[in-house]
Amino acid sequence: MRTVIFRSIAPYLTSLMVLFSIFVLLRGHNEPGGGFIGGLIAASALAIYGIACGVAPVRRAIYFHPMAIAAFGLFMSAMAGVLSIFAGVPYMSGLWIYPHLFGVEIPLSSVLVFDVGVYLVVVGAISSIALALEERDRD
Amino acid sequence: MAGKSEALQDLSVAYVMQPVAAADWLIVAPVIWCILIGAVLLMLRKRTDLQPLIAIPALALLVLMTLGLLVHVFQSGTLSMTMGRWLPPFGISFTVDLLGAFFAATSALVALGAGIYGRSDVDDTGRRYGFYPFLMLIMAGILGAFLTGDIFNLYVWFEVLLISSFGLLVLGSEKKQLDGAVKYAFLNLIATTLFLVATGYLYGLFGTLNMADIAIKASELRGTAPLMTLVTLYLLAFAMKAAAFPVNFWLPASYHTPRLVVSALFAGLLTKVGIYALLRILGMLFPFEREELSFLIAIAAALTMILGVMGALAQNDIRRSLGFLVISGIGVMMAGLALGSPAGLSGAILYAAHSMVVMTALYFAAGVAARLGGSFELTSAGGLYTKNAAIAAMTLMLFLSVAGLPPFSGFWPKIMLVKASLDIGAWWLAGAILVTGLLTTITVGRIWALAYWRPAPAGDPDAAALSPLPVGATMALAGLVAITVAAGVWPEPVMALAQDAARGLLDPSAYVLSVFPVEASQ
Repeated sequence: MRTVIFRSIAPYLTSLMVLFSIFVLLRGHNEPGGGFIGGLIAASALAIYGIACGVAPVRRAIYFHPMAIAAFGLFMSAMAGVLSIFAGVPYMSGLWIYPHLFGVEIPLSSVLVFDVGVYLVVVGAISSIALALEERDRD
Repeated sequence: MAGKSEALQDLSVAYVMQPVAAADWLIVAPVIWCILIGAVLLMLRKRTDLQPLIAIPALALLVLMTLGLLVHVFQSGTLSMTMGRWLPPFGISFTVDLLGAFFAATSALVALGAGIYGRSDVDDTGRRYGFYPFLMLIMAGILGAFLTGDIFNLYVWFEVLLISSFGLLVLGSEKKQLDGAVKYAFLNLIATTLFLVATGYLYGLFGTLNMADIAIKASELRGTAPLMTLVTLYLLAFAMKAAAFPVNFWLPASYHTPRLVVSALFAGLLTKVGIYALLRILGMLFPFEREELSFLIAIAAALTMILGVMGALAQNDIRRSLGFLVISGIGVMMAGLALGSPAGLSGAILYAAHSMVVMTALYFAAGVAARLGGSFELTSAGGLYTKNAAIAAMTLMLFLSVAGLPPFSGFWPKIMLVKASLDIGAWWLAGAILVTGLLTTITVGRIWALAYWRPAPAGDPDAAALSPLPVGATMALAGLVAITVAAGVWPEPVMALAQDAARGLLDPSAYVLSVFPVEASQ
């Protein structure tokens, strides 16, 4: 798979796909998309980079072990529900704040925190499997 | 017109929610805590020295949480919390009655024991494979199953514990472990699929998954809907999970392969989750269908008991023998389910709690014995009594407890079950329980005589040459032994608890009331 064309295009493709995955993640609250599908897109971006340039550069690039990323996502999702304790509502209730940044109202919610957690779980878990499979391929 | 506006008013009342009291967070806290700590431990996967230092205090706190929940439920009745401010039956409810809280507290105690024992039993490789994260996540699954009030959510928690159990089974990826794990995984996936099929069928019939809602609607639908088919499907799925005859063959095939602490945890907790689901769904939601099936359940129970203990008698490996004793105990609990009377159900509940503690402790004892004598094989063991009399004495207590002899915790639930069977004239079921007790006594007597009482075989390294027993393992064993002795000598509180829990199953009105307070008050 290490053709010149693929190798030179892979970094651009990967960065584009990661960017798109974040876009899909953020639009997911009201429109098709969300943490799960966004995470899948990001994981496949990392897989493409791994196929083109080898697994070691991918592991260097994401810095943390994929499993640790997944674990952090799980932690974040669970904590998003715990925020409800301060509002006196049941676990996992959606809580919203509307801060104004540079005159633009930005709706932020615990649902978003949960969704980002899901995104990280999916990225971590799937890329952990994909990178392990690609490593095995090289032997 | 007046009637219509009245109806509207009622609806608006229903949408006003009381603020959630801080104590009510105990309903979900055990599960969230397990998931959070599991995630933290997974992030620290490479720090094998830190993991037990975080996990063991976290498990101790989990025990306090579940005990607090038990006290809270005992004082203020069944509690319910519906996630995300959705109203039941649309939101997912966690509903905790005495049965769920009692099992949750017992299983948390067992998990704490496993966490402490695992410190010496699981080496660095096992920890890097994630023993402690899997332990926390399997506890999340088990506690979630005990505390949830939604039948599909129950399925999800079964999946959580199943996936964590796969991880624990193959800790270290040895060939023998993979062999055991494949059998375990395949048969458990069939059971889970059956559970899912039955749940889909239930949703088609009832249009709801909330257990309290099902309990209300079951009486209306009984005349028209094919509930017998549904309940039989559930019975098969959960009997497979609980390892009841004739779908028990996966348990002896896999329970002796993983690390000892994992076997201990599985033997104590996993099959009991199946029993819990049977009690909850057959005992509480569909009592009439259970009554129809009771003869079938009773026959399966008697066969499970007798064949289980006969399998145990035939084994040479102590771990295999204990695996068959787990099955035999499941038969005793199924007998209580078949009886269905308050005494029968409370006997089954008490026996399940006893079995959680004692089966785990027995595996710990086998592990300690193997460390002292160097082997799990009965043919080559011997002289353990002279090597360490205190361990031998604790093991003897566990043996008597599992056989159902006084004054240990196995005695009381068996008495309750025998009496309940004789009350309805099921002398053969009472006979099966008593014969099982006799055969269990012979089985454990044989292990005791061969491994502990017999002089050590020639050429055996003497006690001084062996590495000393780890303090943690001995403490975990001693703690669980203390529980079974305490529950045997002073049985009134636990018996009262089990009887209250059984009453809650037979009359689910308190359960329904906690989920639908508005509807019930009208």
